[in-house]
Amino acid sequence: MIDTTKSDTPFIDIRHAAKSFGALEVLKDISLTVERGQIVAIIGPSGSGKSTLLRAINELDPLSSGEVWLEGVQINKKLPYRQYEKHVNQVRQDIGMVFQHFNLFPHLNVRDNITLAPKMLKGLSTAAANKLAEEQLAHVGLSEKIDVFPSRLSGGQKQRVAIARALAMKPKVMLFDEATSALDPELVEEVNLVMKQLAEEHMTMIIVTHEMDFAASVCDRVLFMDQGVVVEEGPPEVIFQNPKEERTKNFLRKHLSR
Amino acid sequence: MDTDLMIRVYPFFIEAAYVTVQLSVLTCLLGLACGTLGAMARLSRLAPIRWIAATYVSLFRGTPALIQIFILYFGGPQIGINLDSFAAGTIALGVNIGAYMTETIRGAIISVDRGQAEASRTLGMSRAQTMRKVILPQAARMMIRPLGVNINALIKGTALVAPISVIELTYTAQRFIGSTYKPFEMFLLAGILYMIIIYVVGQGIKWLDRRAQIV
Amino acid sequence: MGLDFTVVPEYFGILFLGMGWTIAITIGAGLLSFFGGIVFAVIALYGHWVIRLPFRLLAWLFMGTPLLLQLFLIYFGLIEVGIDLPAFIAGVIGLGLHFAVYNSELIQASILAVDKGQYEGARTLGLSRGQTLRRIVIPQAVRAVIPPMGNNMIALLKDSALVSVIGVAELTLAAQQAISRTYRPFEFYIAAAACYYVINLCLEAGLRRLERRIAASR
Repeated sequence: MIDTTKSDTPFIDIRHAAKSFGALEVLKDISLTVERGQIVAIIGPSGSGKSTLLRAINELDPLSSGEVWLEGVQINKKLPYRQYEKHVNQVRQDIGMVFQHFNLFPHLNVRDNITLAPKMLKGLSTAAANKLAEEQLAHVGLSEKIDVFPSRLSGGQKQRVAIARALAMKPKVMLFDEATSALDPELVEEVNLVMKQLAEEHMTMIIVTHEMDFAASVCDRVLFMDQGVVVEEGPPEVIFQNPKEERTKNFLRKHLSR
Repeated sequence: MDTDLMIRVYPFFIEAAYVTVQLSVLTCLLGLACGTLGAMARLSRLAPIRWIAATYVSLFRGTPALIQIFILYFGGPQIGINLDSFAAGTIALGVNIGAYMTETIRGAIISVDRGQAEASRTLGMSRAQTMRKVILPQAARMMIRPLGVNINALIKGTALVAPISVIELTYTAQRFIGSTYKPFEMFLLAGILYMIIIYVVGQGIKWLDRRAQIV
Repeated sequence: MGLDFTVVPEYFGILFLGMGWTIAITIGAGLLSFFGGIVFAVIALYGHWVIRLPFRLLAWLFMGTPLLLQLFLIYFGLIEVGIDLPAFIAGVIGLGLHFAVYNSELIQASILAVDKGQYEGARTLGLSRGQTLRRIVIPQAVRAVIPPMGNNMIALLKDSALVSVIGVAELTLAAQQAISRTYRPFEFYIAAAACYYVINLCLEAGLRRLERRIAASR
């Protein structure tokens, strides 16, 4: 499943990303690259800007300055309104996002939640879309819930459906914004399993999370962010067991002693 | 209480009630149309359109509906608009209640969780597609009851066309009070009919609201 | 016939006089609706059932029928029972009662929403039911309910135009007087609308200040 073409251009390239909300600087000159198939975890205290960085990748919260590139295409191109909208809508089809609060569409059942975008944007026929939905649901282990409405699902099930919905668009990269933070502890494991499975299938993933253990077991790289900058980064063994920076050590001490 | 009189004149009130219902239905339809347009305009990304809609709401909610009716019916001919009292009343009331409905509909749209739009846009859907398939279906369910409140006010508001001599319930009551000097009886006849109309419509709204609830 | 707004300034005097009466009616009916609302709410919640039942019936009647119809009832009804009040008084009573009923619904809900612990605290100190209501519960309930009642006041201002139909010489009737002499309804009804709009803006600004003062005093 690894596509080995274009290995000299980084898959995801973020250059000098900066973001301010009014007078508040949330991201301060962040540059990073992600290779195809890499699994990156971003950890840090609240307010560090990790969610903001993630949401800047698919232009949900566009950067104040800096560039975001995906496979040689600039995502946050400055274009006149109509062209910008068309461009962004197109690029977003290649980026899947999973939210902390799932954001499933309550007025649609699971099947329709998953098939809505493929049918509307990729012109899939109903039959093809249904087949796709069944495949994705089987992938996350919820085939029997296909005609159920979201209100009938547990938190963990909702999140798995959300993942299936994002995967149905066949994205090149998956972004996870604290995907398990809103779940009861017993329900976290089923979502982590799905994410582990995705990792094994070599999906490029960027995961913002509070769960250090999960990050350590799944990710190739860990970024520690604090106050809008990347303080330290490296493989999980280094960051979690032998961090270099004082701030990293403080954060981990506070977090892991809980 | 002069029940004989009431029995003798109630057919006039029944006929007048029919006119009140017509006024209510037409006003409601026009109001919903104005309200939907107004809400969309209030939410437009173009500032001038937003401003026009906000001005519409402010002017029509900030002045008496009776004056609005008078401007259209009595003042209209001066600018080339010649309408009969029924049409003038309906249009004026419809545009008036449309201002209130604009806020109701807009409120419902805004109250849909932000995450819904985010999820939809993230999948690649455009603003228009998001509005059509994700936001509006959810907003529609939420706006039924508050629109019911608007409609309740609208039905009572149809009485305002009595001063321009539309033969509806309030006009009929006034007319018969004038000729029979029995205000209590005439009030009761008109009042009961208004309440029946409001009750039936209210039940309809409740039914619609129930049906709209998601499984 | 065309438009000619230059005729309006000549009649500013009549219009301002009408505006004055509109403001007077609004204040009068407003006060009646405020205090009446409290009285009605107390009756509805704590009154003896002999009084409560007919009252609920009247409230139901007043909320389910148009204000204009009620104005006819009160104005002509009072004449029938021998009380020949000037239209102004009948108008203030009609407007005031109508909105008193609506306010009473708001106040009832607010009274019920006042924390039960407040009531119990007062009773255990030895205060009677009446004293508790008067000194503890109602003041809090009323403070909480000022914003929605403010909306009713704004509605009252606009509905005050209806008393012109029973002959009260307020702003709308003043406009009609000017019209009867100039045959220019569009210009004068627009002028009247502008006056109402301005009074409305002042009323809204005043209400916002009142709300802020109440919020600050908590």
